[in-house]
Amino acid sequence: MKMIAAFVTPLVLAAAMPAAAQDHAAHEVQTPTPDPHAGHEATPPPQPAQINPGNGQANAADLYFDPALMARAREQLMTENGGMRTSAIIVERLEVGFDDDGETYDWHAQGWYGGDVNRFWWKSEGEGAFENEIEHAELQLLYSRAVTPYFDLQAGVRQSYLEGEDRTDLVLGVQGLAPYWFEVGAAAFVSAEGDVTARAEAEYDLRLTQKLILQPAAELNFAAQDIPDLDIGAGLTDATFGVRLRYEFSRRFAPYVGVEWTSAIGETRDIREALGADTQSTRAVIGLRALF
Amino acid sequence: MRDWLTSCVFEMTPPGLDLPAMGRCRTIRLGKEIIVSLQRRTLLKAIASGAGIAGAQALFPAWAQTGSRGIAPTLATLAGPDIALTVGHSPFSIGDRTGHAVTVNGTLPAPLLRLREGQRARISVTNTLDEDTSIHWHGILLPFQMDGVPGISFPGIRPSETFVYDFPVRQAGTYWYHSHSGLQEAMGHFGPLIIDPAGADPVAYDREHVIVLSDWSFVHPHEILRRLKASPGYFNQQRTTVAGLLSGEDRMSAEERRMWAQMRMDPRDISDVTGSTYTYLVNGHGPDDNWTGLFEPGERVRLRIINASAMTNFNVRIPGLAMTVVQADGENVRPVETDEFQIAIAETYDVIVSPREDRAYTIVSEAVDRSGMGLATIAPRLGMNAEIPPLRQVPNLTMRDMGMDMGGMDMGGMSMEGMDHGSMDHGAMNMRDRSLAPPTMAVGVGVQTISPMPENRLAERPLGLENEPHRVLVYTDLVALNPNTDTRPPSRTLEIHLTGNMERFMWGFDGRRFSEIVEPIRFERDERVRVTLVNDTMMQHPIHLHGHFFELVNGHAGNQPLKHTVNVAPGGRLSFDLTADAPGDWAFHCHMLMHMHSGMFNVVTIRPLDGVAS
Repeated sequence: MKMIAAFVTPLVLAAAMPAAAQDHAAHEVQTPTPDPHAGHEATPPPQPAQINPGNGQANAADLYFDPALMARAREQLMTENGGMRTSAIIVERLEVGFDDDGETYDWHAQGWYGGDVNRFWWKSEGEGAFENEIEHAELQLLYSRAVTPYFDLQAGVRQSYLEGEDRTDLVLGVQGLAPYWFEVGAAAFVSAEGDVTARAEAEYDLRLTQKLILQPAAELNFAAQDIPDLDIGAGLTDATFGVRLRYEFSRRFAPYVGVEWTSAIGETRDIREALGADTQSTRAVIGLRALF
Repeated sequence: MRDWLTSCVFEMTPPGLDLPAMGRCRTIRLGKEIIVSLQRRTLLKAIASGAGIAGAQALFPAWAQTGSRGIAPTLATLAGPDIALTVGHSPFSIGDRTGHAVTVNGTLPAPLLRLREGQRARISVTNTLDEDTSIHWHGILLPFQMDGVPGISFPGIRPSETFVYDFPVRQAGTYWYHSHSGLQEAMGHFGPLIIDPAGADPVAYDREHVIVLSDWSFVHPHEILRRLKASPGYFNQQRTTVAGLLSGEDRMSAEERRMWAQMRMDPRDISDVTGSTYTYLVNGHGPDDNWTGLFEPGERVRLRIINASAMTNFNVRIPGLAMTVVQADGENVRPVETDEFQIAIAETYDVIVSPREDRAYTIVSEAVDRSGMGLATIAPRLGMNAEIPPLRQVPNLTMRDMGMDMGGMDMGGMSMEGMDHGSMDHGAMNMRDRSLAPPTMAVGVGVQTISPMPENRLAERPLGLENEPHRVLVYTDLVALNPNTDTRPPSRTLEIHLTGNMERFMWGFDGRRFSEIVEPIRFERDERVRVTLVNDTMMQHPIHLHGHFFELVNGHAGNQPLKHTVNVAPGGRLSFDLTADAPGDWAFHCHMLMHMHSGMFNVVTIRPLDGVAS
């Protein structure tokens, strides 16, 4: 009943109010519109003007319909024209690697939910060898804000599992599109222990054809200080370069093959060499890129 | 797939099939037989599904059924002072695939409404959806509260409610109507609206057909928009490639590509949503259906062409036939003959064709990005078809489309002598110079570029048709048949920038999305204003003002063509003169639905209102 009443009211209003408008319109049809400003022929030529002719009723339809219903409709109109919230999940890599020591796995994924400017953003990556315990896994939960046409500023926390230990970092980073269509990102991490590390990533889609895409990618990691727990020395710690050739059956589903080279660098390499650990590896990879 | 079954006898609606009156299968008397033409596959499928012939054709209103002899004021359409429309869900099929459509009276397109100038229209619209709906009468001059935009004109039509639109019909011509709620229009909620003139029609014709162009996807429009937000090039399968560079098919040098890449601009960003998901329809029929409109050789045939697409501008041509444009956006223009024209979303063009030969002609409506086309046939008899031209090459955008006019040089390519590449690299050509924006413009993340040198492009051929060997209609060809009634010079000017960020799929006016609580565009009642639209983006934007015609300032002073929608070329600028004579609040927006939905929308407020003190 309430709903019907709410609707009938504006209808009655609508039936009652337009009478004046009807007369006016009918008048206009029957006689050529007289020019009410005929005496204004001498109006000066167009000039940029700052006049503000706003006057009278703020929302004209409130005169004809229940203002509460109109307010609700205006709210929805605002949301529907620019205020839409969307989401995406991008699985950049979900892959199996093959090197001298056996088979490994690796994932890189990220996603977001939100509007055009403010978004909740998450990133996850991890790797390990099938025969061993997981080597590294991390999840970043970020607030991401568009600060330039091409770049977002991101801040939040990272929970990671590395070398058998849980670690928590604060994250501050940027992510976006650089000239020449390079997808780039850089972030600094401050751990609960006060260690400062950083990561820079870049990738590029070279379209061989509409479906066949060669993607070189690079990742560099840095440390501001030695982190003995992680066998990391200050400076550039490691670098990864990969190239992947994917076939986009669709944007949503693109399997690929590729090769990836990783190496510890600088002091970190020295530390690991001293420990007798591998400092370099080259893997052949096969995987899937997906977009949801 | 153009095989036809032309002698299927059909006289009655199968029992138990409860069809709305308008949806009932229309029969065609040809000779002594009553025949209905159907595509064989559709027919077989219909029979197999038990629905029978009526079921298949019932999805189309009579005028949109293939084999249409044409429409005339005497033929069955929805007319008269009282019209009842019902908005609901319907299945919609193309070939073997069936999707979900939002329809009016169960058909896609919606029924043809035929009104007469001077009558009163009372149109009741009942909503059987489980969400709000609305109908906006596109291009119609009416009291603002009947304009059908939820949140501006009225509250919208809630589920299971009926709203009665009631307005005097003050004009004549070819128009259309569509939902202004959410993205229902992209799901089939649109139809043609034709108003016959009160007096004699200055356009002489023997027969007329309505040609409603549209784009259909089996992907829900909200999902299409979500994918665009996630990956702006999601639907573009015609981007430049290494293979295209090596073979030369991309028609672009490595140096030009380097410059585009440096600017993070895609020279193939012609359409956001493409034939990779769209099927282009004519009167609701896919390209394989061969929708056919009949004529007799020697007749003057009037084609009322309406672009009811969500996201597609079309190039329209009829190989072998010249077209005489007699009306644009419902307003008569001085007849101008052409071989091809571009019709932006929401525009209408009426053309006269005079086929003299006993042969079929193909009406080609090619998406501007050349990713697909809509096809229809006009022919003396059913079952005929003419050659279908292949899709032409996708156009490359040029520096002009970025608002960089290089001293009037032919900018078909960018690697022109006289252009200092080095200085561009170093930012001498600022693509986002704030000093070029109006002081009130918000130059934030939603503004990727500001056209450095936007040009008036009304005399230029539209995007991609620059080098066609035949005649192509340009906006300066349009001259109003009747002299403009308001001869006052504009008392002020107003500049509005069309802005966007392709990478974020953000769109707005003057750098703001409508959701950012923007100031409305205010006009004093009856004031005459010259409004200049500056396109700061590399895409076309068909801009529509509700409740008014504006005069396109195209050099024909005194007879400036009246339009309700104008397509602003990439990197271009244009002006229109507006007499703000319709008090109330009106929508003003880009008719690319996804652009509108992303924020390229505002309210035009005209005061004082009737009976309200100012």
